[in-house]
Amino acid sequence: MEPINDDYKNIPGWGMDADPENEPTYPIKNYTGDDHNRINYERSPQQLQTVEILKSIERPSLSVVFGTTVPPSGLSGMIRRYAFKHSEDRYRHWLPLIMADRINVCEGVISDVLHGHFPNMIKERGWAVEWKYNRARFVKKIGIATLIAAGVAALVCKTVNDR
Amino acid sequence: MLAMNYRGPYRVRTVQKPMPEILHPEDAIVRVTRSCICGSDLHLYHGLVPDTRVGSTFGHEFTGIVEEVGPMVQNLKVGDHVLVPFNIACGKCNFCKQGLFGNCHESNPMATAVGGIFGYSHTAGGYDGGQAEYVRVPYADVGPTVIPPDMDPDDAVLLTDVVPTGYQAAEMGGIKEGDTVVIFGAGPIGIMAARCAWFFGPSRVIIIDHIDYRLEFAKNYAKCEAYNFKSMEDPVLFMKKTTDWYGADVCIDCVGCEAEGNTLQTFSGRVALMQAGAVTALQWAINSVKKGGIVSIVGVYGPPFNLLAIGNVMNKGITIRTNQASVKRLLPKLIDHVQSGRLKPSELITHRIPMEEISDAYRMFSSKLDNCIKTVLIPPSAKA
Repeated sequence: MEPINDDYKNIPGWGMDADPENEPTYPIKNYTGDDHNRINYERSPQQLQTVEILKSIERPSLSVVFGTTVPPSGLSGMIRRYAFKHSEDRYRHWLPLIMADRINVCEGVISDVLHGHFPNMIKERGWAVEWKYNRARFVKKIGIATLIAAGVAALVCKTVNDR
Repeated sequence: MLAMNYRGPYRVRTVQKPMPEILHPEDAIVRVTRSCICGSDLHLYHGLVPDTRVGSTFGHEFTGIVEEVGPMVQNLKVGDHVLVPFNIACGKCNFCKQGLFGNCHESNPMATAVGGIFGYSHTAGGYDGGQAEYVRVPYADVGPTVIPPDMDPDDAVLLTDVVPTGYQAAEMGGIKEGDTVVIFGAGPIGIMAARCAWFFGPSRVIIIDHIDYRLEFAKNYAKCEAYNFKSMEDPVLFMKKTTDWYGADVCIDCVGCEAEGNTLQTFSGRVALMQAGAVTALQWAINSVKKGGIVSIVGVYGPPFNLLAIGNVMNKGITIRTNQASVKRLLPKLIDHVQSGRLKPSELITHRIPMEEISDAYRMFSSKLDNCIKTVLIPPSAKA
């Protein structure tokens, strides 16, 4: 996009106080002025797209390379596709992604079971090392979790019985 | 090949996955020799980073042997032992050309706010990471660096993230001779930031955390003052008092979104997920630094937003400096520091765990068990 005022260099005083030493990003950024060329730089050949990639709508095309692991699928994939219709500025982008992550966990358990693999939750959560190195706190945590679960169960039972 | 596999918050296991393939002419395939669990991996492990998909393999700190290279790779050859920076950088975009290798524009199509990072969710590009026997490494001519033959491989693997991030945290602080530097967080990055701060000539380096064994480690390794904020009524007031009621010259946040120390922040950020994590450490940094001081942030915060005292930033005239570490930019200097013996990063490693025991390794690091500071995973193919 061209500047609206293409005669800006004739504005009185234009550039007279510019101080090239005032570069707070140095040395993290070695300013070259290339930023003004925007995305018009030499790119490597484009990686071929072989799986579905959800692209940010804040860029015009895929980056030259990208990861191909775990393409979107199932209900979580549908939610992710919705999220990627919105910019990274929007809650409509991030909150659905967080929800999709939680649904994806359930999908993972279902997929495991359908493939004949019953996930070993105790092993996957590394509880053996908690038991070995942190037994008192671990027992306390399990106790609190059990109490909360029992309380919720009792509340549900009472509500059902009252009806 | 064996690879770490994310199954949900606090649940990981190892599985057999297909071997990675060359997908771009500038790719390489690397056989992993060492891989670390980073403190920022815990944000993924705890389910706090959006678009972390079940089935992903984490790991952005690794070294390995080059097994295969794409047709356009010129600087690496099969058999090279390389350390691989955590950021994936093309070397050609305007950001890379200006040294911002952590902000590459050609490595992540899924978000514009962050460059590509190995094994760090689809928000960071959807790449499988290095907690596996083999990994695909894009732009093999740019990031991967051949490990000098006289360098300890344990030192090398920490040059992929911990050392550059800690160093850049101090560098961004603009530390002047005689300054007082306060570092929040005594994890591996905080400890390294405290050690690296001395390269810039301060008179005091103070580290704050709530875990005594880590504070003790930091005091010995980084030769700094170490304080437990749980022993203070008000950490900010303590900082003011200990700096003659002036404030620290530089404060560095090495904690990020899983900070402890403020009930409201912890509940809203880590339990209810009403904000992108607890911002307690950064709040303390802003309120502990002097007027006109500098706050450097390398702690990781996720999208979409945090509740922060931004008004104090303006009123105090604070300069905030922050970025992902630009590993490639810093490597020549840091390799020199390591080779000269000024830095010995491998002393941070407290646990070496076979990759097959990945779920125990994550739990141990996450729960800070057995005085764990830094965990290195050894893949089965690296033991031979």
